[in-house]
Parts: sequence; structure tokens; C-alpha cells
Amino acid sequence: MEFGLSREQTLLTDSVARFLSKEAPLDRVRRFATEGDDRDIWAGLAELGVPALLVPESAGGVGLGCLDAALIAEQLGYRATPSPFLGTGVALPLAARWGGRIGDELLAAVAAGERRVGVALANAVGRRADATLSSAGGRLDGIVHFAMDAGADDYLVATDTGALYLVAADAPGLSIKAFDTIDRSRRTAELHFAGVTGSLVGDDPALVARLLDALRVMLAADTLGAAQQMLDQSVAYAKQREQFNRPIATFQAVKHMCADMAAALEPCRAMIWYAGHALDHMPDEAHLVACHTKAHVAEVGKAVAKTSTEVHGGMGFTDLVGLHYWFKRVGYNRQMLGTPEMMRLEAARAQGLAA
Amino acid sequence: MDLSYGPEYDTFRSEVQTFLAANASAAPRGEGLRSPKMLSWQKRLIEHGYAARTIPKAYGGYGAAPDILQSRIIAEEFARAQISQGMGGQGISMLVPTLLEVGTEAQKEQFIRPTLLGEMLWCQGYSEPGAGSDLASLRTSAVLDGDEWVVNGQKIWTSTAHLADWIFCLVRTEPNAPKHKGISFLLFRMDTPGIEIRPLVDMTGNANFNEVFFTDVRVPKDQVVGRRGDGWLVANAILGHERDSLGNPDATLARFNALAELMKIETLNGQRLIDHPVYRDRLMTLQGRMMALRYNDLRVLSARLNQADASLARMITKLEGTELRHALEGLAIDIMGEFGLAYGDNPLKRDHGSWQYQYMYFLGLIIGGGTSQIQKNIISERGLGMPKEPKLDRAG
Repeated sequence: MEFGLSREQTLLTDSVARFLSKEAPLDRVRRFATEGDDRDIWAGLAELGVPALLVPESAGGVGLGCLDAALIAEQLGYRATPSPFLGTGVALPLAARWGGRIGDELLAAVAAGERRVGVALANAVGRRADATLSSAGGRLDGIVHFAMDAGADDYLVATDTGALYLVAADAPGLSIKAFDTIDRSRRTAELHFAGVTGSLVGDDPALVARLLDALRVMLAADTLGAAQQMLDQSVAYAKQREQFNRPIATFQAVKHMCADMAAALEPCRAMIWYAGHALDHMPDEAHLVACHTKAHVAEVGKAVAKTSTEVHGGMGFTDLVGLHYWFKRVGYNRQMLGTPEMMRLEAARAQGLAA
Repeated sequence: MDLSYGPEYDTFRSEVQTFLAANASAAPRGEGLRSPKMLSWQKRLIEHGYAARTIPKAYGGYGAAPDILQSRIIAEEFARAQISQGMGGQGISMLVPTLLEVGTEAQKEQFIRPTLLGEMLWCQGYSEPGAGSDLASLRTSAVLDGDEWVVNGQKIWTSTAHLADWIFCLVRTEPNAPKHKGISFLLFRMDTPGIEIRPLVDMTGNANFNEVFFTDVRVPKDQVVGRRGDGWLVANAILGHERDSLGNPDATLARFNALAELMKIETLNGQRLIDHPVYRDRLMTLQGRMMALRYNDLRVLSARLNQADASLARMITKLEGTELRHALEGLAIDIMGEFGLAYGDNPLKRDHGSWQYQYMYFLGLIIGGGTSQIQKNIISERGLGMPKEPKLDRAG
């Protein structure tokens, strides 16, 4: 019995953490927020094997599991790193692994960091603002809001009925509009389809459902990392900031804010490990655990984002400290692919407690 | 990541199951601590290694090597079968481990065996009216007079004092030493002249605790555990044991399941409460919190097995576990509306009134054994490395 990380997992996350702290500090994230270019970061992550992580070895990948991917997502959240990891590093290889039709050539190009894939599953989660996407004879018509990892070469797209297509960004009839969100460390887009030809990856909604569970766990892991960053900065700031002739870290009012954050956040780490493990090894539990993980970590992340900003006092509200990059990252992870209330309804359904 | 216990533990589990199936009729169900059935059950459990498992044979235990997973399996299987794991209490869970660490040979021989067998019941004399979170400020005094200590003072929150044969008690023996260095850990009989016990009725309506008054209580000089003046160190080791055992995740899961069942049965305007979206959402919110804590508990268990570091994960379990349980019991009351008020002999109360009782009882546990605020001090200072607050009593 071992509920913990292996030596290989620790080494992998350490190498990614080292790279990101050196090559993608907050100043680099700020530059992305204005310029939108993360190619150097993705190239560096590709050298560490990040896009190849979930790609099967037969297609030039490393063939690791969802827990490994969640650990990477946590590191990306910790540094609010711009990257196409969710679509390219997670959704595409998992679609292939779970029976979707994805060519080995594309997988190999993705594993090498040469091709980027965005992911647009919003319509299978719940449609807003009359956005619908339908397919007839392989031709796609309609709209998907909120495509993640925009600026990609291809997009994985779910129709309203849960069929999954792969569409080239330059396919005739597809127009891509930037969708500005609070989170400037990510690129999001609206996809408009007018008779676009896509290649069918799978028409069983179960595939999209499984991909959604995996992406939800990754978003939660990103929040875990982001919230940990905010907690770490809070503790460091409180130790150094002096008022009334002493560090504010000596005041119980401030200490208890930090303890509350740590007490809520630390169990989220075990939850992410369990959920990541379940995605690969516990099919009966994976869906329920993914729903609860998405909801619970989002709630904890929201509280940590608020509390950590308050620990910083006025500085927390400014752009100087830049804490808001993580605040917004946590907000993005919460809203995308199922809000806490929707996830809890889904969790109730998964155990027969709701129709 | 490997969540299976392994084949050798599967064998062990089936041994436990076989024992439980064969012996279920001998298990006490609600009989008191002094009942013959409880005492003979305790003896049988020790003989088979299901109680006092790792206590050396020489002192009346079973003498098995410590094995965390075996202990876990025993707890799981007894809970599943809803069969008593024998006697608990502060004598077995707190005093025995302490004596094993710091007791003299004579103390171990005198006290451990009868304590394990349930023939010697203990209470704990730590807290005082003026010494709660700041336990080291305790003032109950013991003054040496010839070969005897003379004890004067008052203890509070003393559970089972009215049943106990003995007390393990913190007393101030060195009034001029700094407060942490003037305390000794004393054992004495509860029928010694000069002890008065008054039940302390708490908000649940029960007298779970007592106040205990000492007036010139004379105790033989050699009944100190550890060295004179080292009582604080001895007591702190015991508090560690207590903190580990609070906030049992298996018990929380059982209560969650009971609450979900209740929500399927109870109705409001003909609608099952589980179908009421707000109540259901609150139930699911608590389930998410509960799952996170269960996995955190698995992590702590695994870290103990594999010598991995999970100190922060361990530090938060009392705070989070008791707060979650209190919230869970409180939700049951909320969903029942006016019926949630039923208590005492009211025939309309649900589940024997356990929801209201546990709701209040767990508020007691949030406060007891180190309040949530003390837990937060520990988490921020030891877990996050934040500095202590300047102490006025040390500056002065």
C-alpha cells in the first residue's frame, strides 16, 4: 500500500518546477498577457517531455498516466504558466488512448511539441447563449464558445450530442475569434462553423464524458498549484511586512487566515492524487471523484484566492505584486467545464441521488 | 500509487472476519464498562490479538510487532460488523503508551495489565478552570510531606471520573520553576480521602464530564511517572496520541450514509428531501469535503507506513475532521425543519435524536483536545513556519 508519489513522479515534477521558475517567472507571464506568444515555454516543456507524457510509446510518447499529467498541471498552475497543455498534452493523447480515431502522425507531432491542439467541449457540458453545434454527414455547423488553448493547429470539438471531431484551424468555413477572459495567462476563443469538414474521432458520448472528467481533474490540479502559490506568497509576505513594530505574521488574525488556507488546501492534494489515479485505474469511481474534485477544489481555490489577496493588504489589490494572475487563473479553472453547482448535481446523478 | 493492501493482508482480513463471525454472540452491545460481558470480551480480544495488539506479552498485551495495516484492517472489520473493539478510554489509549515509554518497571508491572483487562479504569486530570488552552498554567499543587504528596486544587472536564479507580493527574510540584518545568505527572486512587466529584452537565443534557476537587489528598511519593518536574513532557506525548485519534473518517462516512438515507425517507410537501435542489447541493458539498479528507487520511496512513513526510496533512486532521462532522450533523437538523428540534423523549425525533446530540457533541470536540484556534496556531507555526506571537507572560 502506497498512497503517494513515486521517485520518478517527484523527479519529473521537480524538473518541470525548476524549468518554470527559471524560464517562465511572472515577468514572462506578463509578457504573454500582452503578446500572446508562449512558443519558447512550450518548446522548453517539450524538451522535458511534457507534451509526450500521455502519448503512447508506440507513437513516440512516454505513455505515462493521468496522475502524472495532473502533477504537471499543478506545476503549471503554480507558475500561472501559459501553455497548450490541456488540449495538446492531455485531451488529444487521451482521446487516442480511449479509443478515438487519432492518427499516429499527429500524435507523434504533438509529442515532439511541433503541433498544438485546442479543445472545445463546452457544448457537451451545457450550452449557453444559444450556441449549438451540430454535425450532418461530417459537416459541422454552429458555434462553440470557450475553446481552450486557442492559437492551435487543430481543435478537438464536441457537438451538442457528444460526438467528437478533430478540425484543422485553417479548415474552410471555420472562423476563430479571440474570446477575452479575465485570465490573461490563457488563450480562449469562440469557434464559428459554417459547413466545416472535420474528421470524426468518436461518436460515442462516453468518450467525451471521459475526456471531460480528465480535463476537470487537470483544471482542479491547476487550481491546487495556483492556490499553493498564493498561500506561499501570503506566508512570505506576512513574515516580511511589518506593522505596529512587528511582522504581521505574528498576529493570530493573520496566522489563522494562513492556517485556514493550508487546512483547506492540503487535503486537495490527496484528492488530486486519488482522482488522477482513478482516471486510469478505477473506472467505477473515476467519474464521481472527478466531479467532486472539480467542485471541491474550485471552492477551496476561490477561498484561498480571496484570503491570500487580503493577507497582502492593499498590495494584494495592485498589479505590482501580480497576485491577481493566480486569482484569475483560479477563477478560470472554476468556470470552465462545469461550475461547482453543476458538478455536484452531476455527482448526485452518478450515485443515483438525482434524476 | 498502490491502493491495495496486498495478499498477505487479504489473508489477515479473512482471519479477522472468521473470528468476528464465530464470536459475534459474545460481544457486548451496550453493556457497561464494568459488566461481566464487557470484561470477558476484552479478555478474549487480547488473547486473539484484536486488542492491546502491540503491547508486550510481559505486561498483559498480545505482543505483536506494530503493523499499521493490520491495525487498520482490525478497525475496518470490527466497524463493518458493528462489533465492539473492546474497551477504550484514556487509561488504555493514553496512559498505557506513556508508561511504556517513561514508566518504571514497577509501574509498568503494576498498572498496564489490569488497565488492559478493564479491571482498572482511569480518568485524566489535566484541565483546570483557569488552565485550558494554556494548560501549563495549571495550579493544582502537590507538596511533599514526608513520604507523601499532599494534593490540593481542582480539575475540570474529567470524563469518567465517577467510574474511575485511578487518575493520572498533572500537579504543580515546583512552584518557583518556570511554568512548563514545575509540573509532575502523578497517579493516585480515586477513593483516596479528600476527593470530591461533581458531575458537569453539558449542552447535550448529559454529564459526560465532571469537576474533581482535591482537599489534602495524600499520595505515596513514588507514584510520579517520569522525573519530578518533567510532567509537561510526559503529558505532551500523551496529547499527541489523543490528537491522532480524533476525527475518525470511517465514522464520518457512516454518518454521511445515514444522512443520505434520511434525506431519501423524509419529505417536504410530498417531495423527498434528496430531491430538493438546495438540500441536495449542501449534501454533495459535504461529500466533496469528506472525500478530500478521506484521501488525506490515506496519505497520512501511507506516510506512516513508508516513512514519507506528510506532517502538514497530519496536522490539519483534527481541525478539519471535527468541523466537517459538526457541519454534517447540522445539515441533518436543517433538512428536518421543525422535526430537527425534536429531542429528549419526543417520539417524533429521528434516529434516536442522534443528529441534535452529535451536532452539540462535536461542537464540544471542536473545542476539546486543543481548540480549533490552537490547531490553527500549530498549523501556522509548525506547518507554515510563521513566528509565534510575542508572549506577555514571558516578557513580564
